[in-house]
Amino acid sequence: MIGPVMIGPSSSHTAGACRIGQVARQLLGQTPAHAEIGLHASFAKTGKGHGTHQAIVAGLLGYAPDDARLPQSFEQAASAELSFNFETVDLGDVHPNSARLTVSGSGQSVTVIGSSTGGGVIEIIRVDGFKVGFSGGAFTLLTRYSDAVGVIAKVAGLLAADQVNIAALTCDRDKRGGAALLCIELDQTLGEAAQHFLLSWPEMDWVRMVQPVMDAGIVAPVLLGTTA
Amino acid sequence: MTLDEILNAPSPASQWVLESDCQASGLTPEIVKEAMRSRIAEMRDSVERGLASAAPSITGMVGWNAKGLWDAPDMLQAPLLKRVQAYAMAVNEENARMGRIVAAPTAGSAGTIPGALLGVADHLKISDDDLVMPMVLAAGVGKAISKQMFISGAAGGCQAEIGSSAAMAAAAVTELLGGSSRACVHAAAMALMNTIGLVCDPVGGYVEVPCVSRNAFFAVHAVSSAQLALSNLESFIPPDEVISAMAQVGRMMPLELRETAEGGLAQTPTGLAVTARMESK
Repeated sequence: MIGPVMIGPSSSHTAGACRIGQVARQLLGQTPAHAEIGLHASFAKTGKGHGTHQAIVAGLLGYAPDDARLPQSFEQAASAELSFNFETVDLGDVHPNSARLTVSGSGQSVTVIGSSTGGGVIEIIRVDGFKVGFSGGAFTLLTRYSDAVGVIAKVAGLLAADQVNIAALTCDRDKRGGAALLCIELDQTLGEAAQHFLLSWPEMDWVRMVQPVMDAGIVAPVLLGTTA
Repeated sequence: MTLDEILNAPSPASQWVLESDCQASGLTPEIVKEAMRSRIAEMRDSVERGLASAAPSITGMVGWNAKGLWDAPDMLQAPLLKRVQAYAMAVNEENARMGRIVAAPTAGSAGTIPGALLGVADHLKISDDDLVMPMVLAAGVGKAISKQMFISGAAGGCQAEIGSSAAMAAAAVTELLGGSSRACVHAAAMALMNTIGLVCDPVGGYVEVPCVSRNAFFAVHAVSSAQLALSNLESFIPPDEVISAMAQVGRMMPLELRETAEGGLAQTPTGLAVTARMESK
């Protein structure tokens, strides 16, 4: 509410857009080599005047919304060998400030749909087509796995063993026994060793830990290192 | 958190807001206060940069308003008025230059709280340390509003953005000057109810016109609300009902008047000329 500290001119079209980029980068696990960026409704219509394009690219480069390099992110992207393409898309009945980012690199690719709902607050609503719902305000664990009895219980057990508390949990699958995606918001981060262990399970094919890109409570906690 | 809960909290209201937010987030009051202190320092920094600069914005529509007012003679002999207006525009002109500002609650409305709260504090020679708790209250009021209503211009029109910032600022100024929890919330409610219906029609889609001058106007609006509330005037409609009313008006507002630049000032011949000029760049 008081914050983020940010580069102007718009908390939803600049800061929020940047954060959607930050989440996409983390889901890929590296700086993308290429990004296909689809802008929906108000993002498409007034994005240009709000630095939305530069902000999303800045987020993909790992810059926070208060990073002074944000206005020059296109130049920075060139030297980081990140290529990108913008288009206007219709994502249907979603918030008018929404974007679809397909980011790729090192043979991997992930597609994220996120909405910027005001004041720099975001909500990620789809990852690779699966329904999710996380704000980037907490540590968020995402895993893609084969739908089977007991997988979620095993993941929850691993978290409990690591003394990591679950704040919110959603899961979605394409069909019974098919590909599924689990999204868990956590009060603490899950250690790298536990992440590797998760990935070693035969039913798991993808694990990502998204660090917070957003404020918790009424101000950005210095605690989490998110100064923006 | 609702406005009614803040209204019924023991005075000063900010203490209850701080405690209940810390309970929800798990942060300590010291961390929140320290973060707030650094936000106030960032706001002050953006005010100072804005007052000193006449550099044009992205489009060239604004950039010299804050400095122009600040350097001009005070014909009304109303130093508080001039200070509040100048501070507010300073922040929004920095914002329009892609400078560093504190969204409060949004970037387009970022000048209102520094304009009203820092403006009043400087006028009365109150130190920044005394602004920390009023700023916590401002955040609490913003949180209460955002629970019932989207705070983006795209979702709710300008009323949702500048109405929120003015309500937050009104509550903060009221507490700074010793107002009770009840008075603070009524200040917020009066600021909100007198902003209902305001559309978002930015010229060219840029956060410049009318946004920069609008922050000057609504920083003053916030100070007016505090003045009324400190004199025990109240909103006849209960504060949370005012938020619902504003949310309803936001939902009824046509898409053309919600930040799309398809109506109002954006569609004037001059507005369209700016759009055309920027598109050809």
